[in-house]
Order: sequence, then C-alpha cells, then structure tokens
Amino acid sequence: MSQAFREYAAPVVRTFTSIWDGLSITLSHLLRRPTTIQYPDRTPISVRDMLPPRYRGFLEVDAAICTGCQACERACPISVIAIAVEKDPAQGNQRVVTQFDIDLAKCMFCGLCVEPCPTGSIQHTREFEGSQRHVRNLVVRWADPLKPFPVYKVPKGADHHPRAPLGSLVRAKMEWQRWDAPAPEFLPPEPKVAAPAVPAAIPAAAATAPPAAASAAPSTSPTVKEEPKP
Amino acid sequence: MTGQRHERTPGARANPRAVLLGTLAFGLGLPLLLFAAVLVLSPLSRPVMAAALVRWLGQALGTGWEPSAWSATGQQLLYGVSIALLAVVLVSFGAVVSGMTVWWEMRVSSRMQSRVGYNRVGAAGFFQWVADAVKLLFKEDLVPADADHALFRAAPYFVLVGFALVFVALPFGESLVAADLDVGVFYVVSVTALVVVGILLAGWSSNSKWALFGGMRSAAQVISYEIPAGIAILVPVMLAGTLSLQGIIRAQGPWPWQWFALATPAGPLAFLVFFVAQLAEGNRTPFDLPEAESELVAGYLSEYSSFRFALYFLVEFGNLWVMAALAVTLFLGGWQVPFAGPEAFAAARGTAVLPAAGWWGLQILSMGVFAVKTLLVVNLIVWVRWTLPRIRVDQMMTLCWKYLVPFAFAALAVTMVWQIVVSRAPAVGDATGLVLTAAALLLGAAFLRKTFRNVAAAHDRVDLTNW
Repeated sequence: MSQAFREYAAPVVRTFTSIWDGLSITLSHLLRRPTTIQYPDRTPISVRDMLPPRYRGFLEVDAAICTGCQACERACPISVIAIAVEKDPAQGNQRVVTQFDIDLAKCMFCGLCVEPCPTGSIQHTREFEGSQRHVRNLVVRWADPLKPFPVYKVPKGADHHPRAPLGSLVRAKMEWQRWDAPAPEFLPPEPKVAAPAVPAAIPAAAATAPPAAASAAPSTSPTVKEEPKP
Repeated sequence: MTGQRHERTPGARANPRAVLLGTLAFGLGLPLLLFAAVLVLSPLSRPVMAAALVRWLGQALGTGWEPSAWSATGQQLLYGVSIALLAVVLVSFGAVVSGMTVWWEMRVSSRMQSRVGYNRVGAAGFFQWVADAVKLLFKEDLVPADADHALFRAAPYFVLVGFALVFVALPFGESLVAADLDVGVFYVVSVTALVVVGILLAGWSSNSKWALFGGMRSAAQVISYEIPAGIAILVPVMLAGTLSLQGIIRAQGPWPWQWFALATPAGPLAFLVFFVAQLAEGNRTPFDLPEAESELVAGYLSEYSSFRFALYFLVEFGNLWVMAALAVTLFLGGWQVPFAGPEAFAAARGTAVLPAAGWWGLQILSMGVFAVKTLLVVNLIVWVRWTLPRIRVDQMMTLCWKYLVPFAFAALAVTMVWQIVVSRAPAVGDATGLVLTAAALLLGAAFLRKTFRNVAAAHDRVDLTNW
C-alpha cells in the first residue's frame, strides 16, 4: 500500500467512523430525557425554591432592624443605594430614614452591601423575577418619605435580630406593581402651550425643594420637609 | 411603588386534553386530507378518467352528461380544471409538508441537544410553524434601496417554481403521479436547477456582500454536486433501463434485497453518493455554506423579509420531502407493496374505465408505504443535520471532486460489469441482495447496540416520556 493511497483512503475511513460515532451519540441523546427545566410554569416546584441557598437575587431591606448607619450605601461601588436620614423634631429628635432607595436595574448583585450591615437588615433574596416595562420602576423604595421609619436601636448584648422571612418583603414590593405600570415622572412635563407656569399647582410638599428633587434619583436633599405623620 | 396590584392569576389556560385533540385533529387531518386529495385527483386528472368520472356523476345525478359529446373546448376545459385542481393540491402538499417538517426538525434537534424545543403553541408546540408563517406574512416586505428591484422580487418565484415543478413527476403511489414522464429523472434534475438560478439571482440582486457570497457559494456547490448526483442516478437508470420514475420503481421489488440500494454490489455506494450530493444540492447541513450564519449572516436571503423570506424557507424544508422521495424512488423500492405485484393491481382494477374499490385500497397501501419510507429518509436527513458540523469550502470541493465523483464513476463501472454477470448467472443477483441486506441489518443492530451503550455510559436510560 503506497503512501499516496493511504493518504487518500485515511480521510474516507475517518469520515465513516466519525459519522458512525456522531450519529450514535445524537441518537442516544434523542432517546434520553431532556435536561432542560421548562421555566417558568412547568417546573415541579417553583424555580425560586430550586436555587442554591446563597443565591444573590434582589436586595431586601427589613426596615424594622435597619440602624440607619448607611454602611451599605458607602459599601456600594456603583451607588445603587441612596439613603437619607433626618432628625424628627416631633419625636424628640428621633433619627428617621426618609429615603432608602435601591436601584435594582443598576445593582450588580456583588453582595458588598450585605457584608457591613450590623444587623443583617439588608440581604440578598432568592427573588429574581421583576420584569418591568419601564426601567425606572425597578427602583425599590424601602422608606416612604411621607412615613419615614425610625432607626433601629440595637439592644445591649443582642446577637440576633428578628427579621421578616427572607424574600417576603421584596416579593410583596414586586407584586404590588403591575409589570406595565407607568414610570414615575422625574421632571415636570413640558408645558403644552405657552401658558404661564402655575406655581400654585406645585404641591406644598415640594414647594421648598427644586422640582427635580421630587424624584428617586439619589440626591442628598431630602424630599420631605414637613412633619412626618405617624 | 404605586400602581394596581399585580394580577398573578394562572391565566386562562385551555384544557390540555382539548389542546391535544385539536392538535392531533389538525396535525393528522390536514396531511391526510391532502394525501386523500392526491389519491383521488392524480388518477382522475387523466382526460379519459375525468370524462368517465363526469359520466358517472351524470348517471348518479340523472343529468346524463356525456363529455365525449362535448366540444373540443369543453373537453379541454374539463381536463384543465382537473389538472389545475391537482396542481393546487400538490403545491399545498409541499407547503404543509414543509411547515410540519420545520416543527418536527425543531423537536428532534432539541431532543438531540437535551432541550425541550417548541412547546407553547398547541400540544408539543405543533402550531409553531403556523404561528411563524403568520408572523412572516405580517412583516414588512422590504426591498433594499440599492437592490435590483425587479430581480430581487422575482428571485423567490424561481426558487418556488423549481420546487413546485418537481411534484409533476414525483410519484406518490402505484398510479398516483401527476404525470409519469418518460424522462422523469432527467426532468427532476433539470427543474431543480431552477432553484440555483433563483438563489444566484437573490444573491446578486440584493446588492449585499453577504448575499452575493452566499449566492456564489450556492451556485458553485450545487453545480459541482450535480455531477456525482447525476452519475449516481445513472446506476438505477441503467438497472431499470428507463428514465421514468415509475418505471424505476417497477423495476425494483417490495423487499429490501430487491431495492437498487441493496440489490447490487455498487448499490450502497451509489446510494451514499446520491444521498450526500442531494444534501449538498439542498443546502442542508453539513453543506449549508451558502447560508452559514456565523460567516454570512443568512447568505443569499440576508436581505429578504416577509413573504419572500417565507418562500425560501418553504422551499428549503419542502426540499426535504423531495430529496427523500427521490432517494426512495431511485434506490429504496418506492411504493412497492409486499405481496401485491403488478398482477394484483391489474386484477383489482377491473375492466371498467373507473377502477374498482379494491384498486383504491391498494393505491392507499402503496401511498402509505411510500410516505413511510420517505418520512424515514426525512428523519435521516434531519438526524445528519444535527450531528455534523458545517464543513469548509475547500473540504466541500475536495469531497465532491476527489471522492464523490470517482466513487460515482466506480459505482457506474461496477454496475455495468454486474449487469453482464447477472445476465449470465441470475442466481448471483439474488444472493448479493440477500447478503447485502443481511449486512445492512447487522450494521443496524451494531449501531443500535452502540447507541444503547452510549445511553448507559451516561448513567441514563431510554426515556421517551415528555416528548
């Protein structure tokens, strides 16, 4: 058998053997059960419960045990978290959190905010489904400017801080909003006609603040200056 | 967070049993309806038969129609109407088969990749092909500004016509063929060349680099592979002594050792060459260089959208049936029904102009045999597509000119010698058929054994639930 013939015949043999093997492998996969999990509605249990325990999903804040230390805000490398803490004269200069916004659209789920939290108030959950038509709706507001929550005072010697079931709070927030809810307006709409602006139409709550501050943007100026209502 | 409470109702899901029944009714009903139309229309589209049918109808209705007494125009009109009906049915058959093949291919391919595949529209996602077609029809029919408008618009019709014309000579059963041409094979090879014209036109008129590359590749590929395909086709033509597709089938028998693929020593080789060349001519993977997504976007149809794109898609997948039917016709015994030779058909037909009921039953049997064989070969093509990766251009040319063409010539030469040998000693022919059939069965068994070992090696088992 000459060298030339071997060089000619070897690819033929290789073609046949490799196709033989390949067809057998694909057929064996055809006969087996697919490994794909049919998300979202044909899974035996909810996908949330199939995730590994330390899955880093949406951030959740339990306001009941938040000390208002802002360590998470400082830890965040991309300024996802915006916190504003004020003193409430009506409650004897009790410190209250008037703004605690987390932009889930911007969050990269690194977990650096969870590490410094002294009470475990901010945590990653296993929630991951939060589709929204408007990306601004992915800003989760954990503090209501109209009803700021007082900061948590750590009891002496406490090593455990009771917390709402992990994920329940953020799930409630997600389910509260329709997926196609309209996005919040950050700026007042352009006047349609050249009519004079009506200052009286601006709500009294925002009268002292510039209009742009009535937004979820992480600004330092507090949104609410009036008396908090208990 | 304001807004209404999010509704998380399970949704107005249809009853799964009703969905399954609807899918089955549509998925089986539509092809069966088309097969029935082919069954009835293809024998009755002959002038004599059409006239006999009208006469029979006239007797049944008491109107006393007598087509032979009609004017020449009337008789031609009757013939024209029956032919037009058959043409509509055949093209619809091609379209429906194409769509269903898309669905089946996607299901099979997903299983081969351990995925689930289509599962949303209808049971097992069956209506996905309908949904895709409807979506394509609603898209904007876009013609690029710099394209050659007339050619760009015309190109898909070349492709469609090249595809539809094959059905003129393609058999479905013993007497079920639109026209049993004397030069059937030659005709089929010629009209499929129209597809290349369409593809080349599409590539050139799009005025796009990708499309032009795709079109040129396709032309080079199809024209190259027509040579081995043509030589391989000569093997059954020589064995049968006719170019007629029905004649080639009649020269074979119902049993595997009577098929041209297994009846002669060169049969397997010729079949293999023909099969590979057909894959290449149909632009199927591993020969899908003209529309290589990773290199050429979508090749010659990069610039197409809407209905024109749908036409290319239809032809590409409809070609699967054509390729498989040709392979079955030339090499795998066609519609030959076991234990029902030509005498049985002749006896069942009776002497009347309109055939008897038993003859129709035999036709249905032959059609079933042909359809089952064709679908098996379609599955083989699908299987090969999802097994082999795309080859390079130089490999494609090497395979054609250095391997397939010499092999095809060798098969032709061996067949010539073989015919001389068999004419001297007919027993050799039967023995060869039996030996080759046994070898094919052994190979099949070895293959299945290997497959099951593959399944076992993955610590898995054969599980066909959740299909």
